[in-house]
Amino acid sequence: MTTTTTLLGPQERATLTRPILIDNPIGIQMLGVCSALAVTTRLDKALVMCACVVFVLVAANLAVSLVRNYTPGSIRIIVQLTIIASLVIVVDQILKAYLYELSLELSVFVGLIITNCIVMGRAEGFAMQNPPWPSVLDGLGNALGYAVVLVLVALARELFGAGRILGFEVLPLVGDGGWYEPNGLMLIAPSAFFVVGLLIWALKAWKPGLQDKEG
Amino acid sequence: MPKLESTRYIVLFASAVCVVCALVVSVAAVGLADRQAENARLYRYKNVLLAAGIVKPEDKLPDAEMMRRFESTIEPALIDLASGAPAMDTGLDPLSYDPRRTRNDPQMSRAAPPNDAGITRLPNVGVVYYVKGATGPTQVVLPVEGAGMWGLMAGFIALDRDGNTVRGLTFHEQKETPGLGAEIANPRWQALWQGRKAYDAAWEPKLRVIKGAAGPPAQDPHRVDGLSGSTITSNGVSRLIGFWLGKDGYASFLERFRKGTA
Repeated sequence: MTTTTTLLGPQERATLTRPILIDNPIGIQMLGVCSALAVTTRLDKALVMCACVVFVLVAANLAVSLVRNYTPGSIRIIVQLTIIASLVIVVDQILKAYLYELSLELSVFVGLIITNCIVMGRAEGFAMQNPPWPSVLDGLGNALGYAVVLVLVALARELFGAGRILGFEVLPLVGDGGWYEPNGLMLIAPSAFFVVGLLIWALKAWKPGLQDKEG
Repeated sequence: MPKLESTRYIVLFASAVCVVCALVVSVAAVGLADRQAENARLYRYKNVLLAAGIVKPEDKLPDAEMMRRFESTIEPALIDLASGAPAMDTGLDPLSYDPRRTRNDPQMSRAAPPNDAGITRLPNVGVVYYVKGATGPTQVVLPVEGAGMWGLMAGFIALDRDGNTVRGLTFHEQKETPGLGAEIANPRWQALWQGRKAYDAAWEPKLRVIKGAAGPPAQDPHRVDGLSGSTITSNGVSRLIGFWLGKDGYASFLERFRKGTA
């Protein structure tokens, strides 16, 4: 447990940056993969989803950490879940008010942030034992780690599946008189498995230390 | 420091967490309700334009431009649903009138006759959207709804001047399974409806969703490709289309529309 009072000392910086590369929740811990498959057909959907997860994870970690010394151990999981669920409903309401059509497309997947293993995992695994500030950094770091993977997968899928990035044409499609034959597989869920798999392979080839010991 | 594991404390703590969370959720829901209702209304108008083909699915229009197009191309009108005649002196505003709001009002709605589309009440006054042309309406857009797999499916079907050829279909409200039944909201599937015929030669509603793939509209005018993995949703769409094109739905209105007396 940290006892320092610095805002961004070496230890805090490590808390923030470790989950982005070294201990990436999707790439290394294999958490939250389900939503990574569902919302990555287009980059704009993925970006909104990332923003939602950043908000929920940071706020949940902060709230759980604030009440950690008052939370009875026997009901701690349900308390965490109540906090997370409330935050997710708030996010969903905000989306419906400001990004209505995107909220229809994201449909159930915003609600499913409640069951995203990353959020529960950080609340139980980190925020319950640490003061508010490191918990906020940990939440932000993990959410950004999730976001990096989501954005990369969405970038690949939208580019190769539809020839576009954020809706702007990058590879002119054959159907519109261009040269690129879109890869329809990229627009359906299984392709996200392939892209996530390739990303994990690249990450582990680049940093062999991350490979499983017994592997 | 209270004893964390005493029953009294646990109950108190749990109640406090619930009250605080409920407060946060209620403030968000109530505070944003107006904006959300406005969004839903605009989205309904947009779907009228989508069904009529005035706005394309890939168009990204700001709300104000969308509203401007709606007002310049669409003329909403109230009809007496049973007779199909224009509804007079209702005191209702055709633009904001939503027939679904009348469901709980016995003065404004009646029990629906037995049907397989899951419709329990019918409004006395319906709303139709004419697409304005130089010499009278060129199309009419009709609200349709019915039961799907998980809940209500509500959308619009646009018919040509002949009251028979489908110009477009949209669904703006549905709770079907994402990736399976929810494909009814996919513009690519909706495009398959364009050019099909709603009625056969005897003016019986004929249009339906089949299992598997249908031919092009010219050869296979009454059938639309089914959605694989979504039999219940596909059947629900067939039934709601059948109901609203039938005698309890818009059949009498469409007869007048064809003859130019609507």
